[in-house]
Amino acid sequence: MSAPALETRDLTIRFGGHVAVNAVSTAFRTGELTAIVGPNGAGKTTYFNLISGQLPATSGAILLDGEDITGLGPAARAQKGIGRAFQITSLFPNLTVHENVRLAVQARSRRAAHLWSLWSDHREWIARADRALEEVNLVHQRGTLAAALPHGDKRKLEVAIMMALEPRVFMFDEPTAGMSVDEVPVILDLIARLKARGDKTILLVEHKMDVVRSLADRIVVLLNGVLSADGDPATVTASAIVREAYLGQSPAASAGGGHG
Amino acid sequence: MIRALLSDDPPKSRLLAALLVLILAGLAAAPFVFPGAAALNTAAKICIFIVLVASYDILLGYTGIVSFAHTMFFGIGGYGVGLSLYFLGPGWPVVALGIVVALVIGVVLALAVGLVSLRVKAIFFAMITLAVASAFMILTTQLSEFTGGEDGRTFRVPELLRPTTRLFEEPFLGTAITGRVLAYYLVFLSAVALFLLALRLVNSCFGRVLQAIRENEMRAEALGYRVVYFRTMASCLSAALAVMAGAMSALWLRYTGPETTLSFAIMLDVLLMVVIGGTGTLYGAVIGATLFILAQNYLQKLMAMAAAATEGIPLLPRLLHPDRWLLLLGVLFVLSIYFFPTGIAGKLAGRGRGPAA
Ligand SMILES: Nc1ncnc2c1ncn2[C@@H]1O[C@H](COP(=O)(O)OP(=O)(O)OP(=O)(O)O)[C@@H](O)[C@H]1O
Ligand SMILES: [Mg+2]
Repeated sequence: MSAPALETRDLTIRFGGHVAVNAVSTAFRTGELTAIVGPNGAGKTTYFNLISGQLPATSGAILLDGEDITGLGPAARAQKGIGRAFQITSLFPNLTVHENVRLAVQARSRRAAHLWSLWSDHREWIARADRALEEVNLVHQRGTLAAALPHGDKRKLEVAIMMALEPRVFMFDEPTAGMSVDEVPVILDLIARLKARGDKTILLVEHKMDVVRSLADRIVVLLNGVLSADGDPATVTASAIVREAYLGQSPAASAGGGHG
Repeated sequence: MIRALLSDDPPKSRLLAALLVLILAGLAAAPFVFPGAAALNTAAKICIFIVLVASYDILLGYTGIVSFAHTMFFGIGGYGVGLSLYFLGPGWPVVALGIVVALVIGVVLALAVGLVSLRVKAIFFAMITLAVASAFMILTTQLSEFTGGEDGRTFRVPELLRPTTRLFEEPFLGTAITGRVLAYYLVFLSAVALFLLALRLVNSCFGRVLQAIRENEMRAEALGYRVVYFRTMASCLSAALAVMAGAMSALWLRYTGPETTLSFAIMLDVLLMVVIGGTGTLYGAVIGATLFILAQNYLQKLMAMAAAATEGIPLLPRLLHPDRWLLLLGVLFVLSIYFFPTGIAGKLAGRGRGPAA
């Protein structure tokens, strides 16, 4: 078994009296795809925000390859290889689709902030951005302003930005939410391909249980901010806690029934 | 070649390009085609404000930072060169010294304000810049032994730039090549060079990150861009360019004082120019500065003519009285915002990348 790439220890955040994430301790391995499931408001997005640094932890620790990154800001964590695709699409609206992705490509370079080198001079970055767009079927929109995209394409661009960042830890937060049925496979295929490479750590928040079952190596269940179940997909989806608290009924009946 | 000079960011439409070429040609030929000291003064002022407005747009239009301290940096440039020449006597090394000292002071001040306050919310940053700029203006007028107080300082510029200097015995193309003409070309060429430099900065890898921060700060940070670094850097660069504009102004006017460089009236003018021209595109600075200064200088004359022409008609001559020029300018401003919410350059460029607003 490989050493964990990412680990959280007693990770907690408190909003006033409300503990949104409550002492979550778990680890994620390289090459493994972990699905994080739980009802609306369970704390999944908040848990992601703690890991990628958008929210500061009240207590607990986050370790990346054994290094404590709890004290780092979101930019430093991104530079260390934590990538994030947001549940609520977060783009650069008045820049083109290509520029959106290209900014992610550039962020990985040490010359990212170069004052003199022209944006349009970096052929290789331009090509890499186009490759990321190809992966989500968005090349035909490369010149469109992100703000002008239809909703489904915005979701794809959100994912393309993370792909272009080439992080070591990929965090997908309901990547297919709000997409039309025919668009969903593009994203699922992409995640499957990413998983097949075997060298990345993938975290996936997803409500659609059929998706979770087909992609995940492991499922973690959050309930009211508490890690309530953790194991292989078959065991977890069959467990009483998930059937009652999350699915509300038999696991089969909820397959494909996404929300949020 | 031209593409490289323009940092691969040529004007987005024919009409805009034509307008810019017209302005460039007008400014380049000003001493020969627009006779008289007043016309040359207007042309020089346009050159200076193109640089000042462009530098402000790097902050406001590209990075999304609202600062009210921009004229402070303009003033630092003006006083840096002005006081150096006043105390050390005319000479090119003195000019260079003044510029260097002003640049250092300006950038250090921008850095300090940036590091202390760019972490806070935009509105607080704007307030802090307002406070710092006020303090600086008060300090400048109070230290009258040194700065000349409210009166400012009149000084002598290097020999070559003085009105009495004649480069040739004979007039060239009907215009005597005086030190004033040379001073004008110094200002003009500096403006062209500084504008192209600013264009390069906003079209660099760095510049595109500034736009990303304007568009979505949280996302930029999540990609690994340290927003505070980029904002502070943008403040310093913009300050440095404003210092240069101030230096140009001092050399042109042979005078520096709070009215001409530090006052909030100028800050307001800069804001109007940047909004009329269009934020988030440096070409907007050229259009905005040119139109605004032309209006400021010639609207009154135009109105006097209109008032005379409409004599006998009730009310109209009184509305068109030259004293009402600010009122008319205000109306024009409101109309331009209404019809060109992205500014004139933004409108001409079509759906360009305007600001988030
Ligand atoms: N910044 C915040 N301030 C206060 N409360 C917050 C904040 N962020 C999240 N919460 C609360 O934390 C809880 C968990 O929210 P979170 O968005 O993490 O849920 P989720 O599991 O992602 O739900 P969904 O499936 O709907 O996306 C909610 O009760 C939410 O109201
Ligand atoms: Mg969520």
